[in-house]
Order: sequence, then C-alpha cells, then structure tokens
Amino acid sequence: MGNKQTIFTDEQLDAYQDCTFFTRKEILRLHSRYHELAPHLVPMDYTNEPDCKLPLALIVDMPELKENPFRNRIVESFSEDGMGNLSFNEFVDMFSVLSEMAPRELKAIYAFKIYDYNVDNYLCKEDLEKTLNKLTKEELTPEEVELVCEKAIEEADLDGDNKLSYADFENMITRAPDFLSTFHIRI
Amino acid sequence: MPRRSAAVEDVGIEIDEDETDSDDGGNRRKANRRPAGGRGGGGRGRGRGKKAGSDEEEDDEDEAPKGRGRGGNRRKPGNKRGGGKNNGDDDDSEDESPKKKRGGAANRKKGGKAQDSDEDDSDDGKGKRGKKGGKKGGKEEESGKGKKGDAKGKDKGKDKDDDKKKKKKGDSSSDSNSNSDEEEESMSEGEMARLMEEVEEKKKLIATIRNKPWRMKRRLVLLKEAQQFVDKFEGALGKGKGRKWYAYKVMMTKKWIKFQRDFENFRTACIPWERKIKEVESHFGSSVASYFIFLRWMYGMNLVLFGLTFGLVVIPEVLMGLPYGSIPRKTVPRAEQDTAQDYSVLMDFNGYCKYSVLFYGYYDDKRTIGPLKFRLPLSYLLVGIGSFGYSLMLVIRTMAKNADVGGGDGEEGEFTFAWKMFTSWDYLIGNAETADNKYASITTSFKESIVDEQENQKDENIHLRRFLRVLANFLITCSLGGSGYLIYFVVKRSQEFANRNDLSWYEKNELEIIMSLLGLVCPPLFETIAELEDYHPRIALKWQLGRIFALFLGNLYTFLFALFDEVNSKLDEEQSIKNASIWAMKEYYANYSRLLNDSDATPPPMSPADVIRGPCWETAVGIEFVKLTVSDIQVTYLTILIGDFARAVIVRFLNYCWCWDLEAGFPSYGEFDISGNVLGLVFNQGMIWMGAFYAPGLVGINVLRLLSSMYYQCWAVMATNVPHERVFKASKSNNFYMGLLLLILFLSLLPVVYTIMTLPPSFDCGPFSGRAKMFDVIMETITLDLPAFMGTLFSYAANPGLIIPAVLLMVLAIYYLNSVSEAYQNSNMELKKKMQMARDEEKNRRNNKDSTNQVMKDLEDLLPNRSLSPPPEPEKPPEPEAKPTKTKPGSAGKGVNLQKDVALASSNPNVRGPVDRPPGPRGPGPGPGAGRGRGRGRGAPPS
Repeated sequence: MGNKQTIFTDEQLDAYQDCTFFTRKEILRLHSRYHELAPHLVPMDYTNEPDCKLPLALIVDMPELKENPFRNRIVESFSEDGMGNLSFNEFVDMFSVLSEMAPRELKAIYAFKIYDYNVDNYLCKEDLEKTLNKLTKEELTPEEVELVCEKAIEEADLDGDNKLSYADFENMITRAPDFLSTFHIRI
Repeated sequence: MPRRSAAVEDVGIEIDEDETDSDDGGNRRKANRRPAGGRGGGGRGRGRGKKAGSDEEEDDEDEAPKGRGRGGNRRKPGNKRGGGKNNGDDDDSEDESPKKKRGGAANRKKGGKAQDSDEDDSDDGKGKRGKKGGKKGGKEEESGKGKKGDAKGKDKGKDKDDDKKKKKKGDSSSDSNSNSDEEEESMSEGEMARLMEEVEEKKKLIATIRNKPWRMKRRLVLLKEAQQFVDKFEGALGKGKGRKWYAYKVMMTKKWIKFQRDFENFRTACIPWERKIKEVESHFGSSVASYFIFLRWMYGMNLVLFGLTFGLVVIPEVLMGLPYGSIPRKTVPRAEQDTAQDYSVLMDFNGYCKYSVLFYGYYDDKRTIGPLKFRLPLSYLLVGIGSFGYSLMLVIRTMAKNADVGGGDGEEGEFTFAWKMFTSWDYLIGNAETADNKYASITTSFKESIVDEQENQKDENIHLRRFLRVLANFLITCSLGGSGYLIYFVVKRSQEFANRNDLSWYEKNELEIIMSLLGLVCPPLFETIAELEDYHPRIALKWQLGRIFALFLGNLYTFLFALFDEVNSKLDEEQSIKNASIWAMKEYYANYSRLLNDSDATPPPMSPADVIRGPCWETAVGIEFVKLTVSDIQVTYLTILIGDFARAVIVRFLNYCWCWDLEAGFPSYGEFDISGNVLGLVFNQGMIWMGAFYAPGLVGINVLRLLSSMYYQCWAVMATNVPHERVFKASKSNNFYMGLLLLILFLSLLPVVYTIMTLPPSFDCGPFSGRAKMFDVIMETITLDLPAFMGTLFSYAANPGLIIPAVLLMVLAIYYLNSVSEAYQNSNMELKKKMQMARDEEKNRRNNKDSTNQVMKDLEDLLPNRSLSPPPEPEKPPEPEAKPTKTKPGSAGKGVNLQKDVALASSNPNVRGPVDRPPGPRGPGPGPGAGRGRGRGRGAPPS
C-alpha cells in the first residue's frame, strides 16, 4: 500500500482509471514496466508529473512489441511529436487503446493512424505496400504486391479515389471478424 | 484554429492539434450541446476565470449560467441570423441585459464561432446524437425533479415548471416566443436546468472519456475540469429537500460505479488460467489455445457435476450413513480380506476400494438415512439424472451462444484482401518463433488468395481438386468401414473365445491389441489421405476430428458390447446366488423355528463379511469405467512425457553429436496434436457421464484429472512443442467441439437410461437393492411421501392419453419453431443481399457522382429534409449561414479533406435524410439544423 502512494496519488490513479481501460493495479504495473525500460531516466515518484520521455528505440524493445512488424508505427502514432518519444501518459494511452476492453471505434481510429505511414490521413497505395511488405517480410513479388494492394483498395474504397479514407477504412474494419481479437496487446 | 480543428474532426482521427486548440474544441463541444454555442464558450471561460479567482461558490453557480445567457444575448443584435436557430435560448436570456457583465470579446468570438460550433456539434454528435436524444429526455425529467425542489425553496412555484417545459421546447428547436411573458421570473430556473444538463453532460464525458481518441494529457485535463465542474455545481443544483435527495443520488451513483468497477475486476480475476492460456496463445496461436479454453470449460462443467454428486450423494452417505463394516455391502468379504490392502489389488479398484463410497454398491437402500431423514436413494437417482440434464442444458446453451456469436459477422469474401492486410497480424504474438511462423502463414495465405483470385475462372483445377476430395473421402470411408468390420469380427471372435479355456496370450488380448493398433495406425493414415484434399488447416482439422471420432465410436461400441455381455452374465449369476441365499435363509429360519420352537426368528449370527452376496454388476461396471479413466489418464500423461518431452530432450541434446540436424530434420520437435487431445477430452467426458452413475467417485477423479491436465499440458506444450507450421486461427465458435461433445453425451445417455429403466438392480447392494427397477424409488416417494392427490395426479399424468398429446404438442412446437427460424434465416439472407446491393449501388453512385453537377447534388440534398420539417421558417436560416462558414474551412487548407466529405455526406441523401432525423421535432435545436447545414455546406467547396 505504501508503495502505491509514493508513485501516484490516489487522485491520479483514479483519473487514470477514468481515462483508460485499466485497473489501478494495471496502471501501477504499467508504471513499473515503464520504469524498467530506463530506470535511470524514469523517476519512481510521479506525484508531481515529471516531464520525461523515452525514445522509440527503448519502447520498441519491449517483449510485447518486439516481434510486431508495425512496432515503430505504433509507437510513433501514439507519440505527440510523431517521432516516437513517449511520455508515461502516452505510454499508458497506447496500451489502453490496445487493451482488450477498448471499443472497436477507438481501435479503428488508431489502427488507421498506424497503417498510415506518410501521415496524410489517407491510406494510399504506398502505405498498403509498406504494410504488406512488413507483414510478409517482403516475400511476395512486386507484381503480387501490386495485385494485392489494388484488390484491397478496390474492395474497401467506397468513393473511387483509389485511396482509403478513414470512412472507407472504418467501414471495412468494423466488419472484420478478427479485428478485435488481433488488434490487442496484453501487458 | 478552431475552424481547422472542426474540419479535422470530421475525419475523426486528427488528434494532433495543439493543446489550446483542442481544449477549445473540447469546451465548445461540451457547451454546444446547448443551442447557443457561444454561450457555452462564454460561460466556460468565465467559470474558469472564477475558479482561478476563487470566488464564492454560490456566486459562481448563479453567475456562470447567466454569463452564458448573456453571451447568447449579446450576439443577437450583432448576428441576427443566428436568431432563428437560437431562439430557444435567446428567449431565456433576453431579460438579462441589465446585468450584462460579459465583455464583447467573447461575443465577437462567438459570432464567428457560432456556426462553427454548431458544426462541431453536428460532427461530434454524429455518433452521439441518438444517445443524447434519448438520454436528454430522461435527464431533463430528472432536472425537472430537482427543479421542483427548487421551486419550493424559492417560492416561484408554477412559473418554473412552465418555464421548464418551455425550455424543453426551446431545446427541441421549436419557436418559443410564446414564453416571453414568463421569462423574467424563470431566468434562473432555465439556467438551473441548463446547468443541470451541463453537469449531466460532464458526467457523461467522464464516463466516456476513455473512449475518446484524444491524447492522454488532454484527457486528463478535461477530466479534471469536468470533475471540478461537476463537484462544484452538482451539489448546488437541488435546494432543500430536493438537494439532499440529489446529493444522495449522486453519491449512490458514484458508489454504484465504483462497485461495478470492483466487481468487474473481481470477475475477471475469478476466471482461472487466463494468463496461462494467453501465454500459450501468444506462442501457438488461437487454435491450440482453443483446446485449453475447451479444457477450462470442461473443468467448469465438471466442477458443477462434482458439487452435485458429492454434495447430495457422497457426503451425506459418509456423514449420515452406516459406517464401514456394519452391513455386508459395506464390508470386504472374508475371502478377499487377506489381499484387500495389496497395492496391486487397490490399483485395480478391488479390495477396500471396491467397498468404499466411490462405488454404487456401498450405498444403503434404506429410504432415509441419518437424523435428517435424508432420502438417499431418491437423491442418488435424481442426481444421476440431473447431471445429464445439466450437462445437456449447458452444452446446448453454449452451442446456441456460440452460434449467435458466429452468426453476427458473416459476409465472407467481401474484403478478403483488405481484411488480410489489416487484421491478419496478431498483435498478441510476442515470440520470435511464432512471429516467424506467422509471417510464413500470412505470406502463404496471401499467396493462396492471389492464386484463388487469378484462377477463379479456371475450371480444370477445381475439377481435379473435387476429384481428389471425393477420392480421399472414398478412401477414408473404405478404411473406416474396414476397421469397423474388423472390430465387429474381433468382438464376435472374442465372444466365442469367452466360452473356451485353452486360450493363448494373443487370443486373450486380441480385442485390446486390435483396438490399440487401429487407434495407432488410422489417425496418421487419415491425415495422409487428407493431404489429398488440400483443405485449409482449420477445415482439415474438423474433417480429421470427425473421422477419428467415427473410428473411436467403434472403440466405444466394443467397450459397451463387452460390458453388456458382462452385465448379462453377472445378472444370471446373481439370480442363482439370490435364489441360493434365499433358500439358505429359508432353511435357516425353518431349522431355527423347528429347533427352538420359536416363531420370531432372529437373523443368523453371521459377521457381515461372511454373508453370501451377489456379484453386484453395478459396481463392476463402475470399476470398469474408473479403470478405463485412470488408464486413460496414465496413457495420456505418459505419451506426453515420452512422445513429447523425451523426444524434445533427445532432439535438443543429441543434436550436438549427430550426423544430421535433428531439430530441422527427421524427428524434430513435436507439434501439439489438437485433434487427438480434443477427442481424448471428449471421449473421456463420455466415460465420466456413463460411469458417474455407477461410481460417484469418478467425477472427483475427473476433476482432479482436468485440473492436473491443465497445468501439465500447459507446461508440456510450452516446454516441448513447437508451433504448427501453419499457425491458423481457430474458428470463433468452437461449436464443432461442442457438437462432438453433444453427440457423445447422447451416446452415453442411452446405455445409462437403458439400465435405469430396464435392468433390475442387484438385490444386495446399492441404493436401489430390493426394488424391481431403479426408478421405483420415485414411485415410492410419490405414494409414501407426497399427499395422496399428488399420486393420483401423477397417475393421470402418466396416462398415455395425456402423454401422446403432450408429445404431439412438443413435436408441433418444434416444427413451428423450426419454420420460424428458417423464415428468419431467409429474411436474414435477404437483408444481407440487400445490404450488398445497397453497397454496390452506393459505390457506383459515388464513382459517378463526383463528376455530376454540384448544384443538382445540393438540390437533392435539400429535398428530403425540406419535406420532412414541418415548420420551415426556423429551419431555413441556417442554410445560407452554414455555407460561408463551411467554405472557410475549405479555404483553410483542408480542401481535400472536405471534398472527400462531400462525397461521403452527399452520396445518398435519400437514405440519409430520413434516417438522420426521424420524426420532426426531436433532439435539441442545433441537431437537425447543424446536420442539414453540414450536408449542404459540404456541398459548396468543390464547386
């Protein structure tokens, strides 16, 4: 009990609980994970909200993310600066969105951001190609990649502009049977 | 800035706006629920300023709303256009002019922002409007209550109620000029209601803030503000009695939310092995995890069965029944006593085990036992039947639930590639090996789809595949038939052998040998043949499961056959022993009375161990099942230990000194055998169901087995197995497993019910001894324990004249329900087709629309709305107003975005119109107005 008080105040914990899908214990656990990443950088005492950010390289090395082909994009999408430096708030945010309890709509928004490599709010062909190459470790031939990307756009594109807007993406992803079960990370 | 944010939020994903901007947006958002967006902004700013200045609370709560009202007021002269739309609040605030304190700055801002915020509202209301509309009504009623309390306190009585009503009207965008006379009095009242509403909004925000795609920092700030706001104004809203009640209610809601949260935590903590299974899942994919989930489900079900059996049968017998050695059935016979404690005997469940509470024979046949008059035989029978009933119910319910889940999202093939691309990576994977496998499997699946896509038209391949599949099925049917005949043949032969004594070792054990050989050879054979079919592994797994299941049914059949033979011979033997013992008794009594000339005979002074007794076939059957279960456990565990663990150890450590690569080459590591394990589990459960009636202790053994199996197999799979070559996802509903289980349940139900209904129970052991049939216990209870009329009632109920109509009725009901469900299915299909068509149409239209005249589009947009709105006057003004504001965002560098929205928003006005706003004056004022404004506004920029 005493330990808890030193990291966060009760109000902070309650606020985090209100803002995320985590329980008190999980938030403390998240903090300890965050702390483990860089013990010399991250203070144990978060009551006065210290300003500290961890670089992408450290976060990407977490076992939960290490094998994920989109790990860099995930971290970048959740960082405020877009470069992948995460403060603890953003760190919690990331795992909250990726947690099991997060609703489909919220997950869809962030999934869209993650797959949007060039951050132009559209999934264009290049984005899809990058995604596909990450997924298959570039084992498909360029023609196959081309075909798959074209088919994917053709399937999901509702307005015929040859790229996927968020509306297209949402329409597609909300019907996907596996989206909820695959788009989550347990921490 | 705000404009930009508004435009951006249309798309709904831009979360990177800088802090102040987003803050602003958030505030407006909240404020905008009310017709006058500007007011909200003013009020807020003010409220915050006050907080900083730490004014008095009372003051605050009175003035903040007023300030807001004034803001709206100010704007009016300056911005006549807004008047129509914002009538609802303007009339509330009109009378406030003398007290105006608010500076013009906010107003100016508002003037610019009013529409903006409306638009904002429409955006963010998109998702929420429905909810809000519904909720607001309720909220308003609530606030009405609070207000009543208020009214008393302030002696304003009627006026307020009127005002409240009026306010509601105002909110729902109807013109409310009629209320102007009351306004002077009601001001604070209306504001109060508004404040209340705002508090509710904040609360809603607090509840849903975690669902908002905002940055955490912003979320925290907003949360804090919202909480402060709520804390500050919440308590102040009710006065006097109402206030107390309100505070109480608020407290209770808080407590309730807290309780729910705790309960949720508790509930998730109660599900066992969640972590373990997830770990397995992350390494081996969901197909392997589905086995463990199935195992856990079985464990849950068996725990209930265990509770039933032990709570109602075993423990009462132990606590209240006669102790061991008191009567013959509870004593080891003299002849067996020397060896009764030998390990080998006990391992065969003979000796002390046989005469223990574990088996049927031990139970007493007295109608009641102990001081509590517990009706043991009745309870025994009911528990036996009840376990079946419960299992049936549970299996069917689970199946129905799974089917429900599975039916939710069909539409295969619509987004094959897109889905594969965006949802095929399992973010749970945290292991390099699994990740590699996943990469491989994704690549293969893409390649498969590509091939499918390319060769969709070519027929020859399909024909070949079809031919191969038919061939494979033919081969498998042949081998199944062959093994079936083999089993039949062997069983026949063993019956012949049973009458002879000069048997060689092979002849004695022929049946077992053949059976295990079949079990060993056939599954791999099937697997090899299944390669021909080239199914997706998920489908292949189902086929494999079904085929091995059919094979194992032969196993079951031989077992039951042998068992019934044994039972029949035991029954004959028992009959003769029964006659003999009755004869002996008669003789004894005859001698006794002849010698002593005493008619009231005392029982012969024999130790219970010496009494002649029958073979007690029920216990024999029970022992058979327990033995089978135990040997099954041993075999399973040993297979894992040798087949997986030893193999893994050898491969791992001999690899250093071997001539080829053991890990990659021939023996390699084992894969987790899903089909074998699932079937093992299912058949084991069948044994439990069949045997539990004759050996109540079996359920306990099974619970132990499942428990240990969970840990053991989890360990084994993590330590010794490698993931499948093609990690595949389990089907969402593991109804196939459930279907197998249901089949086995029926199969095991049959023999048990048959024995209960037809075979006579043993005369000297078990709870039903001395009765002609087991179910006589029920008759006995009816005649002896229930009042007489119940007996007659039951006799009527058992009348065929009643039963036949009842059965007919049930058949009819089944028929009816069946046809209804079919009709639903049909309409479901129709709807799906329609959706598909609508989607295609939409797609086409969108593709074509972009080039068509924008004016036409705008006109089209206007039509349905106009026809729907009864009072055209207040609706119209927003149109022109909307346009300019909307164009601005377009020019603010977000043109692309908006253009996009045009396409989206205007595509299908005919559908959208009516759905968007059903009956005329619903929701708050800005709702429809903003919605319309949006549609039209969007139309503008591209042109």
